[in-house]
Amino acid sequence: MASTHYTPKRQPRLPLPSWLKGTLVTLASISVTMLGLLFVTFFIGRVMPIDPVLAVIGERATQDQYHAAYLELGLDRSLAVQFAYYVWDVLHGDFGMSLLTARPVSQDIARVFPATMELATIGIIFGIVLGVPLGVIAAVRRGSWIDQIARVVALVGYSMPIFWLGLMGLLLFYGILGWVGGPGRQGIFFEDTFPSITGMILVDAALARDWPAFKDAFSHIVLPASLLGYYSLAYISRMTRSFMLEQLSAEYVTTARVKGMSEWAVVWNHAFRNIRVQLITVIALSYAGLLEGSVLTEIIFSWPGIGNYITTALLSADMNAVLGGTVVVGLIFVCLNIFSDLLYKIFDPRSK
Amino acid sequence: MTTLLDVENLWVRFPSRTGVFDAVRGISFSLGRERLGIVGESGSGKSLTGRAILRLIHKPGIVEADHIKLHGDNLLAKSEREMRAVRGEKISMVMQDPKFSLNPVMRVGDQIIEAYRLHAKASKAEAYRKSVEMLEAVSIRDADRVMKAYPHEMSGGMGQRIMIAMMLIPNPEILIADEPTSALDVSVQGQVLSIMDKLVKERGMGLIFISHDLNLVSQFCDRVLIMYAGRIVEVCDAAKLHEAKHPYTRGLLGSLPRFDEPRDRLQVLTRDPAWREAPSVEGRL
Repeated sequence: MASTHYTPKRQPRLPLPSWLKGTLVTLASISVTMLGLLFVTFFIGRVMPIDPVLAVIGERATQDQYHAAYLELGLDRSLAVQFAYYVWDVLHGDFGMSLLTARPVSQDIARVFPATMELATIGIIFGIVLGVPLGVIAAVRRGSWIDQIARVVALVGYSMPIFWLGLMGLLLFYGILGWVGGPGRQGIFFEDTFPSITGMILVDAALARDWPAFKDAFSHIVLPASLLGYYSLAYISRMTRSFMLEQLSAEYVTTARVKGMSEWAVVWNHAFRNIRVQLITVIALSYAGLLEGSVLTEIIFSWPGIGNYITTALLSADMNAVLGGTVVVGLIFVCLNIFSDLLYKIFDPRSK
Repeated sequence: MTTLLDVENLWVRFPSRTGVFDAVRGISFSLGRERLGIVGESGSGKSLTGRAILRLIHKPGIVEADHIKLHGDNLLAKSEREMRAVRGEKISMVMQDPKFSLNPVMRVGDQIIEAYRLHAKASKAEAYRKSVEMLEAVSIRDADRVMKAYPHEMSGGMGQRIMIAMMLIPNPEILIADEPTSALDVSVQGQVLSIMDKLVKERGMGLIFISHDLNLVSQFCDRVLIMYAGRIVEVCDAAKLHEAKHPYTRGLLGSLPRFDEPRDRLQVLTRDPAWREAPSVEGRL
């Protein structure tokens, strides 16, 4: 007699606590994403019409020297093996030597990245602190003069070329008014006067309690950071406004009003709570964009950041530096995404 | 019967580019400690009437009336701040779908406690205890668990009972129920209605029950206002709804399917343009 019992297939379950499982899944997804990124950067490096050997030994080397270098770089092996070595090196923090600076790329990045991070962080704080309230008020007072002002502010932020605003800012606040420091991260008299711990001058100066240096560094960073902040403000305030408009017409907002709440409490305690998740995405993307290094701002303000570094490397065919920089930027994107996913789980009970 | 609320010549207007649209056109009625039904089709102005009493018509909408008096106190003369003391504490409202009318990212308990503490000086612990009591009053078992839950974890019927608990916790005198059972399954409609009925009776409140369901209103209410195109076309005792005289009400009744008189084809309502222009009937006690 044939058995007609239906036995449901059991999902093989690992006897793991859920937080550990969640962490493992997250780690697995990071590894897959990063492997993909490495794959792409590696093959871009290989298809570029730049001979990696010539880039190292120069145009005038003999055939023997060329061949020796060719072997030393491992170019005789298959692409798959080369890729495996590349991944192995990257995992050990080795992105190769930079041709331009003749130092390991990892050291270069450790030097330039804090500069960008400092700038981006102050920029995004500026964007959040001003952009979010502006967007909320523009939504609540829709059509009022403050909404119109917010619209113009955002429009200017979207449409003005940053190099022009940067130059005008330097001309006015540095050249004419002398309110801020000029290009660069700090004045020449303050260089190397305190130990570099984090690489972020504001933090290092504060750690060393060197307040004149702190003030000097602040006067240098304030203009480029507010410029970047202005751009994120434009984006963040527009997005906040449209998220809020959507929530303010929701029924639960009417419920809150029926309860007899003040308009202020309705807006912040009810409607705003519901846009936090969307807002996190916008802010995380905006911050990631800034951390990538805004090339134009960094060039105009002679800011030795990662945008400036990658661009210079690219223009001089320093592929190790370009690829290393790309991988680091990719890693930042992945990390910020994971961070915002974590925040979702805190702010939105439905995502659990 | 004492009059709780008296509305005289209420208009709700929406200015638009093509002119002013009048959604509610000069209606007058009063409410005692009774269950007053307002029925009509979509767009007849019944919901806006409810919201206009609370002065919760969104801009650019305008509420105009000779008066909206609560115990002889004109609500239209109040400032926004004074109005906030009326909302929730004196007049409250339950809306159609608890899926949308409860805040999705706040715990049920926090939302109820908030409603209570807006009008009563009470410690958190006391408000919590009071909220649990209120949840039990709307037949929610396991109230402590529900207090900690989020709205998406509740069923529709439970959500609406939570909504009723939240709206009744400051002990208002008038409850406006705007289609409170339309979004619920038929099986839980009766349960939610009987809970609401019990609480309204116990507390001696006035209830304005807005619905498009004639059968429901005739069973559940004491008095019914029938609205058409922003006006009241007829007022009658709920029990005598089937004796209604106005051709619009007759048409609505005629278009309902009935168990005792099966028909192949239901009557279609034919509208007489004259109904629109006929003066509004007064809906006073």
